[in-house]
This record gives sequence, structure tokens and C-alpha cells, in this order.
Amino acid sequence: MKNSLHERVADFLMRYPPFDRLKRIDLIALTQGVSVRYLEKDQLIFDQGDATHPVFYVVYKGAVAIEQKDPIELIDLCDEGDLFGLRPLVLGPVYRLQARAYEESIVYAIPIDLFMPLVHNNPEVADFIWASFQTNTRNPFSESDRGQLYAAAYTVRSATGVEEPHPLDLQPIAHRSKLVKCRPDTDIITLAKKMRDHKVGSIVVHDKIRPVGIITDKDLRNKICTAEVSLEATAAEIMVSPVYTCLENVTVTHAQMMLVRHRISHLCVTVDGTSQSKAIGVISKDDVLMAIGQNPTLLIKAIMRAENTAALKRIRVQITHLIQRYLDRKIPTNIIANLITELNDACIKQIIELQLKKRSEPPVAFAWLSLGSQGRSEQLLQTDQDNALLYQDPPEGSAQEVKEYFLSLGRAVTKSLKAIGYEYCPAEMMASNPKWCLSAHEWKQNIQHWIQNPGKEEVLLSSIFFDYNFTYGTKSLVESLSDEVFEQIHTHPVFLAHFALGALQSPPPTGFFRSFIVEQDGTNKDRFDLKRRALMPLIDAARVLILSHGVKDVNNTQRRYEKLAQLEPQNEELYLDCAIATKDLIKFRTKQGLAQNNSGRYIELSLLTKEEKIKLKSTFQAVKHIQELLKLRFNLNAML
Amino acid sequence: MWWNKPKQLPEFWVRYLALMEAPRPKTLEEKTFVVLDTETTGFHPKKDRMISFGAIKVRNNSIILADSIEFYIAQDHYDAESAPIHGILQSETKNQLNELDALEKIIDYIANHYIVAHHAGFDVGMINQALKRHGMSRLKNKVFDTGYLHRKSLIHSPLVDVNKTYSLDELADKYDIPKKDRHTALGDAYITALLFLKISNHIKDKDKHLLYR
Repeated sequence: MKNSLHERVADFLMRYPPFDRLKRIDLIALTQGVSVRYLEKDQLIFDQGDATHPVFYVVYKGAVAIEQKDPIELIDLCDEGDLFGLRPLVLGPVYRLQARAYEESIVYAIPIDLFMPLVHNNPEVADFIWASFQTNTRNPFSESDRGQLYAAAYTVRSATGVEEPHPLDLQPIAHRSKLVKCRPDTDIITLAKKMRDHKVGSIVVHDKIRPVGIITDKDLRNKICTAEVSLEATAAEIMVSPVYTCLENVTVTHAQMMLVRHRISHLCVTVDGTSQSKAIGVISKDDVLMAIGQNPTLLIKAIMRAENTAALKRIRVQITHLIQRYLDRKIPTNIIANLITELNDACIKQIIELQLKKRSEPPVAFAWLSLGSQGRSEQLLQTDQDNALLYQDPPEGSAQEVKEYFLSLGRAVTKSLKAIGYEYCPAEMMASNPKWCLSAHEWKQNIQHWIQNPGKEEVLLSSIFFDYNFTYGTKSLVESLSDEVFEQIHTHPVFLAHFALGALQSPPPTGFFRSFIVEQDGTNKDRFDLKRRALMPLIDAARVLILSHGVKDVNNTQRRYEKLAQLEPQNEELYLDCAIATKDLIKFRTKQGLAQNNSGRYIELSLLTKEEKIKLKSTFQAVKHIQELLKLRFNLNAML
Repeated sequence: MWWNKPKQLPEFWVRYLALMEAPRPKTLEEKTFVVLDTETTGFHPKKDRMISFGAIKVRNNSIILADSIEFYIAQDHYDAESAPIHGILQSETKNQLNELDALEKIIDYIANHYIVAHHAGFDVGMINQALKRHGMSRLKNKVFDTGYLHRKSLIHSPLVDVNKTYSLDELADKYDIPKKDRHTALGDAYITALLFLKISNHIKDKDKHLLYR
């Protein structure tokens, strides 16, 4: 009988080159020998210098990093449908690069002896495989080169004789702006609307054969807004002509030179590179800058232009590189954190908008809240996603229907967030959970319950929830919720004592002889839990104190301590110590996290220098002092 | 007739019993897991029967597609009520085996490997009932239930309900596994196999021994 699993694998493969060139029957035969491999995050599939496997790989789920060793450098990130490990196809005896699971992944291993006959009988497949060895672009934005393999075909030799990849600026520009066209007789209002709908800053004026001019935001501003040209005019009257054109594979440097020399902001890509053939794309100044180096403003733009999660995921990789560069340049952590929070927020917003586009209008107003570290603007690395959804009280009788709408939205958004790298919250504090997707009235009831009955669980829940930050939707909903929190705390002061008690529950960072206390068992045995033992006590204490002062809208821990220093001049020194300690710990965690490609929560003490250990320990002083202050202020000694 | 003489067991069962006595691989990498699923006429272990059986092998973190089986089992009567669930129509049931032949295939395939299934107690119970009807005893293989393993992989927190049971659909969503071919025995076995690979790598170190039993 027909084997449904082989069919399924074939269905997947035929969506990607070179498999899309194969006959179905050959593809089914090929799948007979396929095995499906599961890879843990960071698991090596093969190492540099390993003898080649009798198979090559196709990524089915997840992402695989192709890296050069010593020092480790990311050459390419393969995702769904990308091929890697093709070396044995050209009879290479050993792998030149290593392949590592960048995240939890599933790959198909395809036997070479079944694939080779197909290569021989099919010139198109052979061409594709051969081209895969020739390419070695490093830019993960590279849309035209996706699905190809960037194996170690290094050709450029530097003076030292060491093989080096192509310098970045001699590579083709990988990312292009969207091409939006209009006719010379199109009227101004129509073309302006078209630019708005496609979210572009330029539109190419194209007759039947070729591009004849280009109109940018600047032209609209200078010619239309100044009333020099009337609104009834046509595109031909305001376009800049002629257009400067180039070939599709123009290098970054070449494009940059053309832009500077002609003092223009856009190049038009045409079929043969001249202005006599059809336009196929636009390269803007931003695209060039993006190719030269990532810059947060451009990344935000790229995020807002992203049309699917795959594009966002690639941008996320760039954000990680950006953090690394900033840390290397010793840019202050709070500045980095603010920027990264903006970028993260933009990603979440874009995902919500993409999901909203796919469904009917929301039945009532709603707000998307980020909780935990993202809510406090302290998230440098991607950690778990913690979020919640709040919607306006639905009209009588439609409660169930409205809830269903937002739950389904919550599920779709959290799923997309997972796809771009935010792990699900293990305790399910997410908008996909019916307990965290509630109407304004239900949230108020929850908050009243937590504040009026501060048991262990209620304190835990409020400590996570009260760092919420508005991310998307109707902000006034969130403000009225905050009013409720402060009102409740004001009328039930005993809650703060319990809340403070909760903040003292973190285990101590050091033992009697000032030695680090490390984890006793589990995966992280003998490592130091930076989050639970040092960072959490500071975060928790700041939250309690700021709530006790009734200060709204200060969510970031470092800023909370700075605010407290202003409010209580007598404790200024202690609070500023805490602000510095928080900053240092977050930086510590981020560096650890980047080095290990994880959340940086657990620290291998043996890898720290003496200096780092001393610095880490000095932050513990701040933890100790702030905890003592909490005990005194809220009279907790009696409760402990 | 042979079932009146308890000594005369089917040949495949004798082979199986001998195999179960032989030593088995010790390391996780060498172990073979048979991930199986059965579609049945209902949920009563004695009254209901297997309609189809699908299984696939997992070794060293890989699912071996070449080594999968799926077949239908002839029914005494065709049950129109459960057909809509499984999508198995009577017209599709040409390549059917009778129950004893099916058992021979199942036992030869499972051999002395480790069994994995979602809510394994049910599937293994169905096979055991069929074995019993033909005068054989219960399966002796070690069995892993993906539902149980998933619960073991969860964090301990007052916010996590440890007693909740998870359907295959729920877990597939949770672990981001495409739910194609749901409700065919082999399709479900494949989803379960992916689930097993993901869960067994998520399971905390202190619970890893569960896989070494």
C-alpha cells in the first residue's frame, strides 16, 4: 500500500529546490531511504574535519548554523528547506565547516547513493548543486540565494595566505526594497495612496517597456506640498528622470558609489542593467546601509516591512549580532536594553498586525501586555515569552464569542513568537492561556483577589503581572488597570508586607565564607544561578518599594532605583548601589548568554576571571542591604 | 484444534519468547524504539477490535522512514459508526490481514525492542487482548507512554497541573509538530515518534533514568 510518510516527506521536499525539479515518482523513491533526525539545540551534526557522512541534510524544522571554527564565525543560517552538508556529493573526504543546531531542529538525512543517479540524469539538479558550492554569501537577508549551500568554497586569499571569505562590501546587495510601479499618466493621489498601502518611500514610473522616472517622498514634499505642482497633475510631471539603473547583482560598494555620485537615494534594478529594459527592483540608500552594517533604525524599518515570521526570524539574528557589537564597544547596558526593547516591541507589534490582517476586525478594543523582563525593558537576550491580553468588557451576551476571538489571536501570536525564537513560558503565562486572556472586568477581579488574599501563589502571580508593559492596542485600557492596582494597594496596605516577604524568598548568593552557592543537582549542577540568587532579589525589592510609593509607569529596575533615590534622599547611596548592581548583573548575564547562545542564567564559575568574581560579589552587598531595608520597612522580622 | 492444546503456540510467538530472553543493547544510542499506534472500533479493550496498525522505528535520535509498517485488519463486522473518526472506508480495506496474521507481523516487528505510544496502556492493551484471543500471553517489552514522559518533563510549579492528561493533538500543538495524517495509524505513530524525540530531550537529567529502565 501507499506509504503516507513517504508521501509526506516528498510533499515537503518538492517545495524546495533542487527537489522541485524532480519527478514525483523519483522523489518518492528517494524518500524510501530518508531518516528523520532530531537535534537538540547546539548539537553538532558534523564537526570541521569530520569524515563526511553517507548522507546530506535538509532542514525540516528549526535552524542549523554553518560555522567556521577558530574563531567561530557564522557562515550561514539554514532554515526550512535549506540544504547543507553537501560536501560528500563532490567526494570531499572531510567537512570543511561545522554544522550546529542553532535551535531545536528536525532534519531529513538523504542518502547520497540514492540521490546521485538523480543528479546524473538531471542537468538542472546538477547545476543547482554545483552553484551551491560557488556561492558564499554571508548575508542572512540574501533572498535570491536562499536554499543554496554556502559550503567552504573560499577563494579570496589575504596577504597572510589564510583563506578568508569575501569582504562584505564586494558582495551583491542582498536586500532590496519592494518594487512599486505606476504609469506616467497615473494621478498624484492614486500613486501616493499606492505608496502608502505598500509602505514604500519610492515609486517607479514605468511605461510599457522600461522605467522612465522615479518619484520619492521628497518629490511629493517639495513639489506637491509646496503647491508648486497641483494635485491633479500626473506622475510624469513630478517624476525625476532619467532613472539610474543597475544590474541585479550590483555590489554594495558599487551601489553606494552610484548613489553618492549622482546624489540620489534610489537605484532601479533592471533586467539588463540599462534603462532600456524592464524594472525588476529598487535599491534604496537604506538597503545599502543595511548591507554595510546593521543599524537599529534600519532594523526597525525592516521589521515593519516584514511580511512573515521567516523574515522576522532572520532580523532577530541580526539583532543578536547588534547586541554583541554594542557590548564589545562597551556601550552602557541600559542604552542597549532600551534599544533592544524597542526592537523586541516592534517584532511583537508586527506579529500581532500580521495576525490581525488574517482575521476579522477585533470585536472590542484590546491591549497586548508584555510581562516579566520584556515588561521591565531588561530583556537583552531572547528568553521565555511572558504576555497577557486585556480586552474591553464585551457587550451583553457576546462574552464567549469575544473571548474565543482573543484566545485564537493569542494562540496565533504566541505561536509566531515561538517561531521567531521566544520559547513558550513553561508556566503558560501567555495570552494563549484562558487565564491570561481576560476582559477588563475579569482582570480587575483578579487583581482584587491577589491583593486582598496575598497567599504564596497570589504574590508570585502579582510579582510577574505587575511589571506589565503596554505593547499593542488601546493604551487607556491598561491605564485604568494600573489605577485599579494602586487603588487596591492603597486600601489594602497589608498586601505590600506580603509582597515584600515574597521578595525575600530568593535563596542567598553566597555561603558563610562568602563562597558562591552553586546548584546542587540537575542540568546546571555546580553552576551559579545568576537570575534567582542575585538578579531576582533586586528586581523584586525594586517593585515592592516603587509600588509602596505609588509610582506609575516606571518599570525598569535600574530606573526604579534611580527614582527611589530621588524620593528617599536619606537612602540615596543604597539605591544607587542597587541600580549599579542591577546594571552589572544584566550585563553579566547578557555576555554569558551570548557566549553560550542561551539565556545566560547559569554561570560556570570556573570560566570567570578573578576580577569578574570580585565584581559579581560586590553586587551581592547591594542585595543584602536592600533585603535588610525591606525587613525593617515592612516589619517583616515578625513574619519571617 | 491447536488452541485446545496449550503447548502448540504459533511459531512467531516461540521466536518472540526466545528473543526476549536474549541480551539487549544497554546504551540509549543503540536502543531501538518501536513507536506504534492502533486505530480501533472503540475504546473497550475486550469488546472492540483493532482496525489498523502502524509503527515506525526510532534509533539514535533518528526516525527510520524505510522501516515503517502499516496494515489493516479484517473485521468480523464492519462498524459504520467509527468509520467517520478514522476515515477508513470498507472499500479501502482490501489489503487486510486476518487477526492472527496481523499479530505475527506486529510481534515480528516489535521483537525485543522498546515500545513507545501515546497513552500506551490502551494500544498495548488492545494487542494483549488480541494475543489472548489466540492463546498467547501478554507482551513482555518495556513500554513508554509519551503522555507520562511529557508530564515528567514539566517544571515543578504550583501553576502547573501535574495530573492533567494531554491528548496527542494538544501535545503536537505544544511541541509544534504538524498534524498531517492524523487518525491514520502510521500518521499518528509518526507524530508520536517526533513527540517522543522532542520530549526525551526535554526531560530533566534527573528523570533520564526513566529511559534507561
